Amino acid sequence: MSEIRYTADHEWVSLDGDVATVGITDYAEEQLGDLVYVELPSVGREVTAGDETAVLESVKAAGDVKSPVSGTIVEVNEALSDAPEKVNENPTGEGWFFRVQITNAADLETLMDRTGYDSLIASLA
Amino acid sequence: MGATLIDSVRHPDPPVLETPLHDLHLELGARMVPFAGYRMPLNYADGIISEHCQVRAMAGLFDVSHMGQVTVQGPGAASFLESLMPADIEGLAAGRQRYSFFTSETGGILDDLMVQRITDCFTLVVNAANKAADLILLQRSCPADCTLTLLNDQALLALQGPAAATVLERLAPAAAAMSFMEVQVLGIAGFQCTVSRSGYTGEDGYEISVAATEAEGLARELLAAAQVAPIGLGARDSLRLEAGLCLHGQDITLETSPIEATLQWAIPKCRRLGGTRAGGFPGAQRILTEFTQGVTRMRVGIKPDGKAPIRAGTVLQSHSGTPVGEITSGSFGPSIKGPIAMGYVDAAHAAAGTALHALVRGKLLPTRVANLPFSPHNYYRNKNQGVSPHERNQIHSRS
Repeated sequence: MSEIRYTADHEWVSLDGDVATVGITDYAEEQLGDLVYVELPSVGREVTAGDETAVLESVKAAGDVKSPVSGTIVEVNEALSDAPEKVNENPTGEGWFFRVQITNAADLETLMDRTGYDSLIASLA
Repeated sequence: MGATLIDSVRHPDPPVLETPLHDLHLELGARMVPFAGYRMPLNYADGIISEHCQVRAMAGLFDVSHMGQVTVQGPGAASFLESLMPADIEGLAAGRQRYSFFTSETGGILDDLMVQRITDCFTLVVNAANKAADLILLQRSCPADCTLTLLNDQALLALQGPAAATVLERLAPAAAAMSFMEVQVLGIAGFQCTVSRSGYTGEDGYEISVAATEAEGLARELLAAAQVAPIGLGARDSLRLEAGLCLHGQDITLETSPIEATLQWAIPKCRRLGGTRAGGFPGAQRILTEFTQGVTRMRVGIKPDGKAPIRAGTVLQSHSGTPVGEITSGSFGPSIKGPIAMGYVDAAHAAAGTALHALVRGKLLPTRVANLPFSPHNYYRNKNQGVSPHERNQIHSRS
């Protein structure tokens, strides 16, 4: 598994071969608060980097998860349908949203590494 | 992440005012957000769902010091207030409180409020967002024999939940015997307070007005009880929505009449047609006509069939695809364990059980019109004195 990369919109993506797993960061989870609903994409859907791919609803607010990479959705985390709280409990583990078979590995190079993302978070504090 | 969501959290409007409990909120780990010109706690470390369940199961302490407290005193105070709201103020006994609203000339709702009477002094408790407008309204027509005072140096705390009476009784023994919507001046742990047995959660509880300088001391005394946890505005909103209570600015506005809002229970017989003091409040012609002729749309509960919350502003459609209403409040009900909402629908579609579609992100989600409240009210009933249907509905319908 490769290094984890981050978007300025607080998604994380990790690459295993040509399949990228996407979730939201601890920071995003804390900002959203208790999640009560997750709408996942259909397996087989073609996405372009930046597409709104999943929908999150917390008690107070709604938001989108954009796919940081282009490709085909090959798996979604069905467990979140019945247990959206898994995103709050472990956003970078069990709380992942979907996996994308990527068409362009260069998509990841445009994203931040941990150091870059930590600087972003520090600037928001 | 959608930029709108995180940005709204990360880049709030510049905060303006702080309540006397601001430092305590920070000490308790509150996430502070701007609300109605104040920096207010959205939630504490445990989060909104946990705080909501704490209030339903035990007790919670809310800082609602952002709300306005205004006294009206003088020989003409009752008739002055009756000229602004369709309430029975002349008949309001000392030591009692009532729910009412300032109405507009066109029959809309300018604000909803509580009116308390302590001896000959009336205290209005109004919404934070409408405080300034309410003061202007009052000042504009205040008679020469009345004095208006904005109690800027008073904080307001709400202690809510099934354990609230047990907790307060230890610090103020008289509190436990108070009836629903009773108001008393009480010493609580040595602090002089004006206490009403009321709230905005659907649970038993109290609202406590205390000098700003003493608010933190009182809050610490109340939080010292094992049954009490601090509760933020997030849970306050989900609690009131489950209880079917209106939030002014969303569920009731200048555009909604009290009858459309199904708040006719708050208008006593003496102010209705045929009553001893019928009419005489702004918008009386429309409001009293609606009593007899009915309305074309009304406020109802909406229960989504699925799991997705349906938010304010969402359009409701009939099965034929015709728009028949709109959601005014929508969220997740932690006690219901599912999404809940309220809104306005055309009268023909307002019967409980009516199936309607909500248009969410381009999809039609199935919903049903539901009876309110979603979560039953647990207001206090004296052993000797049952709660009248009128009083049962006297709820604190404000933010």
